Amino acid sequence: MKISTDTLRLAVPVASLLLLLAGVFYLQPRAMSYNGLNLLFNLAVPIALATIAQMLIMAVNDLDLSMGTFVSFVACVAATYLHDSPLLGTLILLGAIATYAALGVIIYLRNLPSIVVTLGMSFVWAGLAVLILPVPGGTAPEWARAVMISKPPLVPMAIIASAMIAVFAHLLIMRSSLGVLIRGVGGNQRSVQRAGWSIIAARASAYALAASFAVAAGICLVGLTTSADANIALRYTLLSIAGVILGGGEFTGGRISPIGAVIGALTLTLAGSFLSFLRISPDWQIGAQGAILIIVLALRLLLNRLESKGGKP
Amino acid sequence: MKTLLAKPWIWSFIAALSVWLATIAFTGGASTVGLSQAALTFAAFSVLVGIGQMFVITLGPGNIDLSVPATMTLAGTVSLKYMDGQSGLILHGLAIAVGVGVCVGMLNYALIKALRIPPIIATLSMSFIVQSAAIWTNRGLRIKPPQTLADFTTQTSFGIPNIALLALLISAAAWVLLHRTPYGRWIAAIGQSLPAARMAGIAVDGNRFVTYLLCAILAAVCGFLLACFSGGAALNMGSEYLLMSIAVVVIGGTAVAGGNSNVPGIWGASLFMFLVVSMLNTYGLGAGVRLIMTGVIIITVILLAGGRTASIR
Repeated sequence: MKISTDTLRLAVPVASLLLLLAGVFYLQPRAMSYNGLNLLFNLAVPIALATIAQMLIMAVNDLDLSMGTFVSFVACVAATYLHDSPLLGTLILLGAIATYAALGVIIYLRNLPSIVVTLGMSFVWAGLAVLILPVPGGTAPEWARAVMISKPPLVPMAIIASAMIAVFAHLLIMRSSLGVLIRGVGGNQRSVQRAGWSIIAARASAYALAASFAVAAGICLVGLTTSADANIALRYTLLSIAGVILGGGEFTGGRISPIGAVIGALTLTLAGSFLSFLRISPDWQIGAQGAILIIVLALRLLLNRLESKGGKP
Repeated sequence: MKTLLAKPWIWSFIAALSVWLATIAFTGGASTVGLSQAALTFAAFSVLVGIGQMFVITLGPGNIDLSVPATMTLAGTVSLKYMDGQSGLILHGLAIAVGVGVCVGMLNYALIKALRIPPIIATLSMSFIVQSAAIWTNRGLRIKPPQTLADFTTQTSFGIPNIALLALLISAAAWVLLHRTPYGRWIAAIGQSLPAARMAGIAVDGNRFVTYLLCAILAAVCGFLLACFSGGAALNMGSEYLLMSIAVVVIGGTAVAGGNSNVPGIWGASLFMFLVVSMLNTYGLGAGVRLIMTGVIIITVILLAGGRTASIR
């Protein structure tokens, strides 16, 4: 039986998610229900969207350090303008997406380090968020709230949403010609250019797509929490990077996996719940999360070793 | 003049000087001495962590130490707890801080090497564990530093803050290490091309190990001094130094892609980062506007200074 490398790459994220899930069910059998699953994975939906966004930036060999502040900014806009005057709110969010596209182009044209530019932008987004919502508050748009608390039959909303995000992102990035172009820029920019493609257009669309996913993440988050705060999603920056890597993506070379990224985000969320079920002292919760990250990556190394051994006759 | 302008670090000093002049002009020269001393003191802390981060960034793409803030917190917490306000134990306290740095640095590189985890993720996972250890040892206690040490860190000699003098000494040592020793040449070679460096017979692993060790030790010493300066260790005392340590290195003209670093730029950039915030404070702007301005200024500086030598990540 021949297993493709991509499938093998997915094996570790899937296995670690299932293992964690089994652990949670063993410790807390009541989680094995419609409501239990929904509660476990509720907060994973915005994280999964932010992870896909980060993955798109990483696909073109860049890194976005402003993801957390940008999602917070979107959440603040969603809880104020998008609720009070939907037209103005939509315009602001479209403007933010256009800004991202412009950043992608500037970083390429001026040959700037993306880490520093997005670091600077993280201050800008944080400042705008503070200006919009100086104190926590606001109200989620009714439709966002309705979608996030809806209860479809049989399968909880959080699972359906995660699956839909994974399938949609997979089709968009792994199957469409735009997706191939974006990954090509990450793999070998010069050869894509020689083949007659516009690098500017490819990078602009990668950044715009990433911003769109991040906007979706912010709106989902507000739908869950009902109100917003300028610091609501700051930890998403590191979570999204870790999610991409956990899901089998790499920092360079356009090697990414959308399905893996969503699974990585789910794993990170579940790790938090698993630890609280284990009754680990709150002091060590963050540390144990780090340990889980390390164990999963060690598993991946082990599997990669097996893969390369299997390749030799 | 021409050779001076060609230096990559000159721009950060020009930026810092112009912000300094803009602030002085606004206050009519009333706070010149106070502002300069405060700028030197706070810049010194950024310089200490910046130098460590610079050595790591020199190693090439993907090399960034995200465990800096956690290391600072743990070193500050543990050493202050041990000294317990007794001036006789200062050297022991310093030794403990350095020991914390050595441990974190060794564990960091162990993860990078043994598990082949990308350094960003390895140091991120490590920082979770270190942060947990800090929470566990701290327990919300606020122990005062020994009086002599507190005096040393807050006082000035010849009008220059002691901390700044210390940082200057360490910077000089770092400059010698980078430009006048084989080690500096080796890590630059590794940053420019790892395979080529390995072919040339450079002990790649040994040098990378020493670099991560050095970065963690500098972060630990900085945490030790910062805890004494601010009258006690706090759990969030390192948080702002995560982005700061990266920003000062890159704004200072070090190539983010590695292999080409400089020490003076870190001073220019550290002074600049502090002066921008105090300038905006002097102008009486709100938190939101201040954040936006900080971001815009960072991006402007990188637009003006970068682009010629920097390459994408």
